[in-house]
Amino acid sequence: MTIARYSLIAASLLTLAACGKQQEQAAPEASAPPAASAAAAAPAGGEGTTVKIGHAAPLTGNIAHLGKDNEYGVKMAIDEINEAGGADIGGKKVKFELVSEDDQADPKTATTVAQRFVDQKVAGVIGHLNSGTTIPASKIYSDAGIPQISPSATAVAYTAQGFKTAFRVMANDAQQGKVLGEYAVNKLKAKKVAIVDDRTAYGQGLADEFEKAAKAAGANVVKREFTTNQETDFNAILTSIKGAKPDLIFYGGMDAQAAPLKKQAKKLGISAQVMGGDGTQTPELIKLAGADAEGMISSSPGQEKVAMPGGKAFLDKFKAKFGTEVQLYSPYCYDAVKVMVEAMKKAGSTEPAKYLPEISKVELDGVTGHIAFDEKGDIKNGAITLYQVKGGKWEVLDTIGGGAK
Amino acid sequence: MDIFLQQIINGLVVGSIYALIALGYTMVYGIMQLINFAHGEIVMIGAMVTITCINLLIGAGINLPGPLLLLAGLLMAIPVSMLLGFAIERIAYRPLRRAPRLAPLITAIGVSIVLQQAAMLIWGRNYRPFPAILPTEVHDFFGAAITDLQVAIVVLALLLMGGLFFLIERTKLGRAMRATSQNPEVAGLMGVNINTIISMTFMIGSALGAMAGVMVAANYDQAHAYMGSLIGLKAFTAAVLGGIGNLAGAVVGGILLGLIESMCAGYLSSSYKDVFAFVVLIGVLVFRPSGLLGERVADRA
Repeated sequence: MTIARYSLIAASLLTLAACGKQQEQAAPEASAPPAASAAAAAPAGGEGTTVKIGHAAPLTGNIAHLGKDNEYGVKMAIDEINEAGGADIGGKKVKFELVSEDDQADPKTATTVAQRFVDQKVAGVIGHLNSGTTIPASKIYSDAGIPQISPSATAVAYTAQGFKTAFRVMANDAQQGKVLGEYAVNKLKAKKVAIVDDRTAYGQGLADEFEKAAKAAGANVVKREFTTNQETDFNAILTSIKGAKPDLIFYGGMDAQAAPLKKQAKKLGISAQVMGGDGTQTPELIKLAGADAEGMISSSPGQEKVAMPGGKAFLDKFKAKFGTEVQLYSPYCYDAVKVMVEAMKKAGSTEPAKYLPEISKVELDGVTGHIAFDEKGDIKNGAITLYQVKGGKWEVLDTIGGGAK
Repeated sequence: MDIFLQQIINGLVVGSIYALIALGYTMVYGIMQLINFAHGEIVMIGAMVTITCINLLIGAGINLPGPLLLLAGLLMAIPVSMLLGFAIERIAYRPLRRAPRLAPLITAIGVSIVLQQAAMLIWGRNYRPFPAILPTEVHDFFGAAITDLQVAIVVLALLLMGGLFFLIERTKLGRAMRATSQNPEVAGLMGVNINTIISMTFMIGSALGAMAGVMVAANYDQAHAYMGSLIGLKAFTAAVLGGIGNLAGAVVGGILLGLIESMCAGYLSSSYKDVFAFVVLIGVLVFRPSGLLGERVADRA
C-alpha cells in the first residue's frame, strides 16, 4: 500500500518537474537535448526500449467508425513492428506503444488531446482525422517540436501554416477539389451546379476549391447552401436548390450527411447528379443511403484500395486481424506510422528533434503508393480517384494524377 | 409556388414530429413542473428499438409487408419506452419530488447522458440505417413532392394528438391528471393516487416520444445514439413557444417551429437553420415567457 502511494507521489513530482522543465525550454524550442532525452527515457522501463506514438481521431460521435478505422490502421503497423521484435533504431531494438485518444471531431477537444500527448511525451503523433481538429492541434505539436503526420486531414490550411512538424500522406483539398470541379464540368457536362457544405474546415475548404475549379471550367454556380456536421434534415435546402434546377449538386462533408442528403434529394424528385469528396466515399454511405446511393460520384485521394500497391494484402490482413472491412483511411494511417519509423531509423533516434528533419527526406513505397513530401509537408503527386456507386458498390470511374511510382 | 408549397410540406412533417415530442415535455411539466430533459433520449431509444426489432424480423426470414414490419417494431418499442419512462420517474425523479426544483432538473440532464451512453454501448456509435421496407415512390402534389410516409406521419401525429386530448379531457384518468396538475396535495386528499398518475403521465409521454422517434428514423432513414439531444431540444423549444404545460400549445408550437425552420432555411439562409429555432426560444422567453397559449405558467414560475 504505502509503497504504491510513495511511488504515486514520486511519479506526480516527476511529472511536475518535467512540466517545469518543458516550460523553461519553450523559448529555444527544437534541438533541446535535455527535454528530448527525457522524452526517450520516460517510457523506458527496465526491459528494452518502448516509445509512445500518439493517435488521435474521433472515437465517439457520428464518424466514430472512421476514427476506429484509423486507430486500427495505426495499431496494425505498430503491432507488426513489435511482433517482428521491434525496429532497429540507433543499434537498439525499439518497440512502440500506441496511445490512442478520442478528439470527438471537436477542435476544442483536439487541443486538449494534443496537450495530453505533449505531456505524455509521445515521440510522434499520427492524426488527427478531421482537418478541423488537425489544424488547431498542429500548433501545439509545433510548439512542442513533436512531428505530426495526418493520414486524412486534407484542408489546404494545415500545411500552409509553415509548421516544420506538420506532414500528411494524402493529397490535399486544393488538388482534390480541382479534380472534382474539372471532372464535373468537362466529363459530366454540368453547366449549373449547386454546392452544399457542412461549414467544417474540411467541408468548406473542399467546396471552395470545387467552386473555383468548376467556375474556371465554365460552370455556373446557381446555389451555395450550408448545413452542419450534425444535421440529417436537408429538405429545406434541397427544396430551394430544386428551384434553381442545377445539373449537379456537390456536397462538401462526410458520409453521415451525404447519405440522407442523397436520399432526400431522390424523395424530392431531384434528378441532378450528386457528387462528394473523400469523406463520402465509404461503404457506410451505401449502407445508410441504401438503394438511393446509386449513381453518387465521390472522389478519394490516392488510388483505389484494391489497386494500391499493397492494397490487396493489406485489406486481407486487416480483415483477418480486426474482423471488419477497411473503411477509408486506415491504409494511410499504416503508411504514416511506417514513414515515422523510417525517419527514426534514418536518424538513429526516436527523439523528435533528431528524427524530424529526416521525415521530409523519407522516400517510401507504402501500401498507398510512393510517399515523399514537398517542402510544405504535403505528399508529392498524390493520386485522386473518382468512384461511382453502381449496383450497390463503389466502382472506379477514373484515376487522375498520381502515377506515383 | 411549388417551392413554397414544398417548404410548407417539409415544415409540416417536421413540425408534427416536434409537436408529438413536445407533448411529452409539456405533460410532465404540467404535472410536476419538471423539464424532463431525458425525453429526447426516449425518442432515440424508441427509434433504435424499432430498427433492431425490424432487422431481427427480417433476419429471421419473416417476410411481412413493410408497414406490418414497422407496426411490429413499434409494438416492441412502445412498451420498452413506456417501461423506461416509468423507471426514470421511479428511480431518478420520485426521490427528489420534494427537493428544490433545481435538483430534479440536474438529475434529468444526468439521466439523459446516462441513456445516451447506454445506447452507445448497446447499439454502437455508428449511424443505423432504417431498413428499406417502406414504399419510396414520390407523389406529385400541385408541383411539390410528397411521399406516403410523410402523409402517414402527419396523419398519425394528428390522430395521436386527438387521442391524447380525448384522454385528458374526457376520461377518468384524464380528470385525475388535470386534478394532479392543479394541486397534487388536494388531489391526493380527494382519493387520486398521485404516484400512479405521475407514472402514467411519464408512460404516455414516452409512448408518444417512441412513436415520434420512429417517425424521425423512418423519415430521415437513419438513427443514431446522439439523435435525441438536438431533437429533444427543438421539441422543448416548441413546448416553450406554445406555452409549456399547455397541451394545445405544444401542438401549435411544434408545427409553428417546423414551419419557421423550414421557411427560414429555405428563404433566408440555410447556415442558420438551427439558429432560427433557438432565436425563437430566446425571443419567446424575453417577450412572452408564458408562450403563445400559456397563461398558467406565469403565476407558477
